[in-house]
Amino acid sequence: MRILATGVGKLIKPVPSSDQVQQETRTLKSLALTNKVMSAKEAVQRYVQENDYVVSELTGNVRGPMALIREVVRQGFKDLKAAGNTSTLDIDLLLQAGCVKELDLCYVGYELLGTSYTMRKMIEEGKLKITEWSNATMAWRLKAAAMGVPFLPCRSMLEGTDTFKYSAAKIAECPFSGDRVCVVPALRPDVALIHVHRCDIYGNAQIDGITGSTLEVAAASKKVIISTEKIIDHDEIRKNPERTAIPYFMVNAVVEAPFGAHPGNMPYLYDMDVEHYKEYINYCKTGEGIKEYFNKFIYNVPDNDGYLKLIGEERLEELKRKEQIRYKYREE
Amino acid sequence: MTNYNQPELLACISAKMVVDNKGYFVGSGIPLISVLLAKKTHAPNAVPFFETGSIGPKLEELPISIADSKTMTRAIAVKSMCDIFELSTIGVIEYGFLGGAQVDMYGNLNATMIGDDYYRPKVRLPGSGGACDVGSLCGKTIILMLHEKRRFVPRVDFITTPGYLEGGNSREERGFIKGTGPYRVITNLAVMDFEEESKRMRLLYLLPGATVERVVENTGFELIIPDHIETLDPPTREELQLLREVLDPTGLIIGRQLKN
Repeated sequence: MRILATGVGKLIKPVPSSDQVQQETRTLKSLALTNKVMSAKEAVQRYVQENDYVVSELTGNVRGPMALIREVVRQGFKDLKAAGNTSTLDIDLLLQAGCVKELDLCYVGYELLGTSYTMRKMIEEGKLKITEWSNATMAWRLKAAAMGVPFLPCRSMLEGTDTFKYSAAKIAECPFSGDRVCVVPALRPDVALIHVHRCDIYGNAQIDGITGSTLEVAAASKKVIISTEKIIDHDEIRKNPERTAIPYFMVNAVVEAPFGAHPGNMPYLYDMDVEHYKEYINYCKTGEGIKEYFNKFIYNVPDNDGYLKLIGEERLEELKRKEQIRYKYREE
Repeated sequence: MTNYNQPELLACISAKMVVDNKGYFVGSGIPLISVLLAKKTHAPNAVPFFETGSIGPKLEELPISIADSKTMTRAIAVKSMCDIFELSTIGVIEYGFLGGAQVDMYGNLNATMIGDDYYRPKVRLPGSGGACDVGSLCGKTIILMLHEKRRFVPRVDFITTPGYLEGGNSREERGFIKGTGPYRVITNLAVMDFEEESKRMRLLYLLPGATVERVVENTGFELIIPDHIETLDPPTREELQLLREVLDPTGLIIGRQLKN
C-alpha cells in the first residue's frame, strides 16, 4: 500500500501486534466462570497501573463510569494516558487531578453546558501532550483493535485538514481502487472503564440505549472494569442472551455502583444532575472552590456510598423521578 | 411585525433548508431545533441522526447532550457510533449541520484552536468531535455561524473540518467523496452558497433587515455578490409559536445568546 502522507501527531499507544494480543487474551480473558465482584478500590488497584492508557465510556454526561473515575482520582495516579473522545466530566476530572499527561483528543467539553476550562488551560499552558483525532476516526481505531486488525481505512479526516495533519494517521492509496483513504491505527487501550445497567457476577453486562463506542472499547481493551447499577442473577442473562452487550470473558472486574454515572444521565434510570455540572464548571472557570470540590466529593469520601450520601437521597430520588416519568410509555 | 431574537431567526431560516425524507446529522443546539421545526411544518419525515447512535427519535424534550437519553425518545433504532458514521459514509445521512469559531471563503471550518501554534494556542477549543467526519462524509453540509469579521476570515487558523480546501477541485483531489462538501452558510445576516467552479462563498439571500453593505462589512474576505439578491421572509407567527410553545418552552436553545 503506497503511503501518501503521514500525520505529525504522536501515536500515543503503539499499534498492537496480533501475537501479543492473542497471548494477552489467553492470560487476561479467561473463559472460566469466576466471580469477579470486588470493590472499586480493589478493581482500580488490581487493574489500573501507572502509564496505562485508559478509555472511559460512554461520555462523562451519559452512562459514564463516574464512580470508577473518582476512584482513579482518589488513588492519585500521575502518569496515565487517555482517550478524549466525546469526553466531558470524566476526562476533565482526570486532567484537573493531574492523573493524565497525554491525550488522544477529539472532543473535551460540555456541549450546551459549556467549555472544559481544565483542558483548555492545560493545553494553552503547554501542560498536556495531545494528538488530534475526530469522533469517527477514534471509533474506528477502537473497532480495528476489536477486530484484531492493525488499522482500518476510512473516507474521513483526509489530507488538507489540520485534524489529519496533527493526528497520527496516514493517507494511503487503496490497493484495489486507487482511491485515497485515511488509514487509522488500531487503538488497544490498557484499561476500559465502563458503566452498565445490569451485570451478573461473572461480568455478562446489559446496556439500555445507545452504545456509542462501548462495545468496541470492551473488545479492544486489554483489561475491562465494569461498574453496574445492579448485579443480577446469572439466570437472567441466560433468559435474554440477545441482551448481553458485553460477554463475561471480556471483563476483568465487576463493581456494584448504584448511581455510578452521577452526575451524568443513566438512560431510563436517572436524569443528568445539571446543577452539579454547572457548579463544577464554574469552579474550573474561576479556579475558586475546585480544591474544595475534590476534597469534598473525592478525597474525603472512601467510596461511592460515601459520595452518594453527600449528594443526598432527596436529590437522587428527584433525578430518578425526572428520568423515569419521561419513559413511562416504554411500559405500555 | 412580530418580534424575534437571533436564535429564533436562525432556527426558522435553517428549517427552510430542511427537505423531507432526508437524513440529518444534528447536534444539540440550533440545528436540532431547525430540523424539529421543519418536521412540524413542511418536512414531517426529515430524519434526525445523532452521531452517538440514535436514529429518527421523536425528541419530545430537547437533549442537553448529544448522547443523553432524550435523544432516544421513541427512536426508530439505537446503534453505535461506528454504525452512524458508516451509514454516513455510504450516503444515508445526506445532510449535516455544523458550526465553528471560524470559517473561510471555501467553507473550511475551525473548531479546534485560535492562534498560530497548535501546541501553544491562544485559545484552545473543544476540538472536532464529529465535525470533521460530518464535513468529510455528508453530501451537503449546512454551516451555521454568527456573521462577524473575526469569524469570517481569509484563512482559518486550523482546518478542523474540510470545506472546499483551496477551492476548485482541491477537495476531490485529496480523496474526499465526490459530491460532498458545504452547501449553505446561514448567518444572522445572510444565506450563502458556493460558486460552482471556484467553490468560493457567494451571497445568496439576505435575512430580513440585513443589507449587502452590512454583510460585506462583517466578512473578512471577498464574497461573490450577484447582481440581484432576494431578502428572505421573517419568521411567521406560527413558526415562532411552535418554537416557543411546543419545541423549546424552557428556552434551552432559543433563549440563549448566540455564540459558538
